[in-house]
This record gives sequence, C-alpha cells and structure tokens, in this order.
Amino acid sequence: MNRRGLQAVLVIGLAVLIALPVFAGKYDLDLAAKIMIMAIFAMSLDLLVGIAGMVSLGHAAFFGVGAYALYLLSPEYGAANLIVSLPVAVAAAAVAALIIGLLVLRVSGVYFIMVTLAFGEMFYYYATGARWLGGSDGAYIYQRPQIALVDLGKGHAFYFLVLIALAASYMFLHILAHSPFGHALRGIRGNEHRMRSLGFATARYKLIAFVIAGALAGLAGYFDAAQFGVVNPELFGWRLSGAVLMMVILGGMGRVHGAILGAAVLVLLENFLGDLTTHWLLPMGLFIIAAVLLLPRGLADPAAIWRTIRERRVG
Amino acid sequence: MAEPILRATGLAKMFGGLAAVRDVSLALWPNQVHAVIGPNGAGKTTLINLLSGDLAPSAGTVIFEGEDIAGQALDRIARRGIARAYQRTNIFAEFSAFENCRLAAQARRQQAIRLFRPARAYRAINEAAERALALAGLEACAAMRADALSHGEQRQLELAMALATQPTLLLLDEPLAGMGPEEAVRIASLIARLAESHAILLVEHDMDAVFNVAATVTVMVDGTVLASGSPAAIRANVAVQAAYLGEAAA
Repeated sequence: MNRRGLQAVLVIGLAVLIALPVFAGKYDLDLAAKIMIMAIFAMSLDLLVGIAGMVSLGHAAFFGVGAYALYLLSPEYGAANLIVSLPVAVAAAAVAALIIGLLVLRVSGVYFIMVTLAFGEMFYYYATGARWLGGSDGAYIYQRPQIALVDLGKGHAFYFLVLIALAASYMFLHILAHSPFGHALRGIRGNEHRMRSLGFATARYKLIAFVIAGALAGLAGYFDAAQFGVVNPELFGWRLSGAVLMMVILGGMGRVHGAILGAAVLVLLENFLGDLTTHWLLPMGLFIIAAVLLLPRGLADPAAIWRTIRERRVG
Repeated sequence: MAEPILRATGLAKMFGGLAAVRDVSLALWPNQVHAVIGPNGAGKTTLINLLSGDLAPSAGTVIFEGEDIAGQALDRIARRGIARAYQRTNIFAEFSAFENCRLAAQARRQQAIRLFRPARAYRAINEAAERALALAGLEACAAMRADALSHGEQRQLELAMALATQPTLLLLDEPLAGMGPEEAVRIASLIARLAESHAILLVEHDMDAVFNVAATVTVMVDGTVLASGSPAAIRANVAVQAAYLGEAAA
C-alpha cells in the first residue's frame, strides 16, 4: 500500500470511529473502545519492538502502573479528577519505565526479553501480595474519572476521549518515527555498534524510547481501568505482555498503523471465538500460525499475502 | 605544527595470553596520510580498534588533541572527531545511501536534535550528508537502498558515512579492498584530496596506493612495529623487504 492509500484508509477509519456512536449500540461501542485502548498499548510497544528493535516481554508492567494509578487516585465511592489523575498515571508509568529502563537496557537481545519478563513478573507478584493494591483479587473503581462537564461515566464521553487519545498517540508516534530521533532508533535496531561508532550515545536513545513507550502503555492502562472499573495483578502479567507483543507482530512490526490493525484483529477474534466455543484458544492459535506464515510482514502489508502464495507455488 | 593531532604510546592489546598488539607507538599529523601495512594477522585492524574505541587497550596511552582518550567509550571518541570506516562494510541496508549519510551527519549534532521535526527538515545535516556523498562519488546513487548498491559502491558509502560525521581524523581500514581498478583509483585520489584537510590513518594492502599518498609508512609484523619512516626509506629497508614486501620488492 502506498502512502496516499494508507492516508485514505486512516482518514476513513477515523471517520467511521467518529460516526460509530450514531449507529452502534453500547456493546459494540464498548468493544470499539477496548480495541482502541489495546491499539494504544500495541503502538507503544511497537516503538520498542518494531522501531528500536528492543523486544520486551514485560511491557504490561507499565500498563498495570497506569491502571493501578487510577485506582489509587480514585476516592472510595467517588470519581477521580480526570485532569489530575490522567497525567499522574502517565507520569507514574514513565517514572517506572525510567527506573526499569536504567536497569534492563544494560543487556540486549534474548537477555533483554528475559529481564523485561522478570520485571513484569516482579510487579505481578508484588501486586498479588500487596494489601494496599487489593492483593490477588484486585480492587474496584466504582466511578469513572470526571472533570467539570466531562464525565467519562456518561454518554459517549469515554468513547470519544479514548478515540482522541488513539489519534493523538498515532500522530505522536508517526512524527517521532520520522524525526532524526526515530531514524536513530531504526539505526540502532539495524546495527547498534555502528551507531556508536558514528558517535551516537545509543544508551540514551534507547532509554528515551523506553520511557515514551512506558508512558503510552500507562495511558492505555489508565483507560482500561476506567473502562472496566477493576484492577487486578493480571494487568502486570506476562500473558498481557505476550498478547500485546502478538498484536505488534501480527500487525507488522515497525509500522505504527499495523499495531492498530493487530489490536483490532486480536480483540475481535478473541471476542468472536469466545462466543463460539470455550476452547477458543485453539482456533486462535491456528489463526496466528496461518497469519505468520502467509503475512510475514503483518496485516499492515496485506498485498504480501499474494506475493507469498505465488512464491510458495513457484518454489 | 609542532604537535601531532594524535600520539599513541606503548599501545598493547592482549586477548587472553595472546598479544594482538604490543608496544606500538605512532604519531598522526594534521593533513597527512599515515599508512600502516603488514601481513595478515599483524595487528593492523586491532590497532585501529584501539584508536577508535572499538576495543580498550590493555596498556598504553592515546593522546588526541591534548587529552588521553585510551579506553573511552566508542561513541564518545567518535564525537570528538575520530571517524572510522570499517574493513567489512557496515552500512544500514534498509536506508538509502543518502539516509545512511544523514544518520552519520546527525551523530555530531545530538544536542540540536528535537523529537518532533521530520528528519528531512534539518538543513545543516542534509548538506553535510550531501557533501559527503558527493565527495565519495555517490551523488547518482543517493536515493538507492544501501543493499542495492554494488560492492564497490558500498565501500564508497562506508567512506562517505565516515566523512559525513565531519571528523578531524579518519581511520580507514582497507578502503580499497574489493574495489574494481577504476573505483580504486578514484578512492585513492579522494584519500589524497582528503589529506589536505584531515589527518588520516590508512591500513591498506594496495602497495601502490599506499606509497603514493602516504607521508609516513609504518610496517607492522606480529603485533608490533617493525619499521616506520618515509615511503622511500621503507622501500629501502632490508628488514621490511625480508619480512613483508618479500618477492614483490625483490
């Protein structure tokens, strides 16, 4: 797909999402909001995996920090202040990413995967034992955040706020990916040693990317907690980290819009197959295997499916 | 010109019990080519690695512009103005030739980099990249993906990237290796031209090229310096003839 085509698809997609509340019911809008939240999460991970080449299996840690931040900022039977709690949740995730980043960025490759996984699990186990976080059962958030006239619990306010956040996150990452900073990250993915020999302080670039990705994951976690009104340690866990990594791979690494597609397909599939059968993980697994075989560059490049089939036939 | 731009003294690199480089001293002067020749395994590339920061020396000092940089981080040394072209081509395959150079040019201006402007909007960086491409003779291939370039062009790009960082000292590890005769002549004359404004350390197998452009030639054998002097003196040196130039000089 060329640039023009992609822009057209994105504009149409945005228009559909804006118009959706007119003709969709509550169930479908909730589903769409869930997809958008996971899309923000997947895009944030794509900055690490697809652009900077850092495969993290602990990205849910920051999602969880954002979610728990909302829980901690919500009064027991009231609503949190939206203008305060949202930036604080994002900042908390950024600080967590800064601290963890300083530790995990000393290693790379497989070791990076292992260490990020370990940190995610550390958060998970800490949350299961921490009374002030609700322990292993988690905790409820009884009211969605609000400020003045904006009440995320009423009407379509929540849906539209998530849509704005999705669009803003996409623009942000798109611009970042095409800035000198983004080019340097791509260079680091290609050959970090060469980047250093050109004079790039690559550790700093990777840390900045890690913090930005963590902050965006925190934003997604905040919305997730606001949508479902519940937090539990699973939000930190490796299952979620693995699922979001799957979305990135399925969508096509290094292409920000791919992460949105990956999130949409995975959430819809889980929803659809879950209605169909309790053994939905089996067809889900088969689908992912087929997708990886047929679409080596992900859903972001659907034309590749024909190329792949043709090559297989010729080969 | 009383001070050399770089003075290495007593450099050594041990790999376990093996001394890849031992007791190497040399001085690099502004606007001169200093060639290092020697048989395979003589430690030439290791020497470059020690100067560039790819490896930390086990012993010795490297004074660059008045400061000891021995053992400093690779990227810090690069930002001081020492650029290296690798023997094995080391370019970013998915970027165009121009983007490779732009990335290199960006390395020296990291303070000025803001996150939210497209990379093509930085004029000084783009100009440095274009200049480097033109110097290396790659203007025609600017938009081509690096992995679509011929082997010789990739070698030129390797050199162009080093130039794009706007260094004062160039460390060139066999820049002519694998080039066709025409390209080799072109790059050899480029090196001679670059020597008008850079200090250059040149490791090279092509003897003719070396003796034509170098002001000083150092001969390395078994990790240490066998002889050092003007090209004429090296050509006449009996020990060098025996150890290295061999039948070619006889």
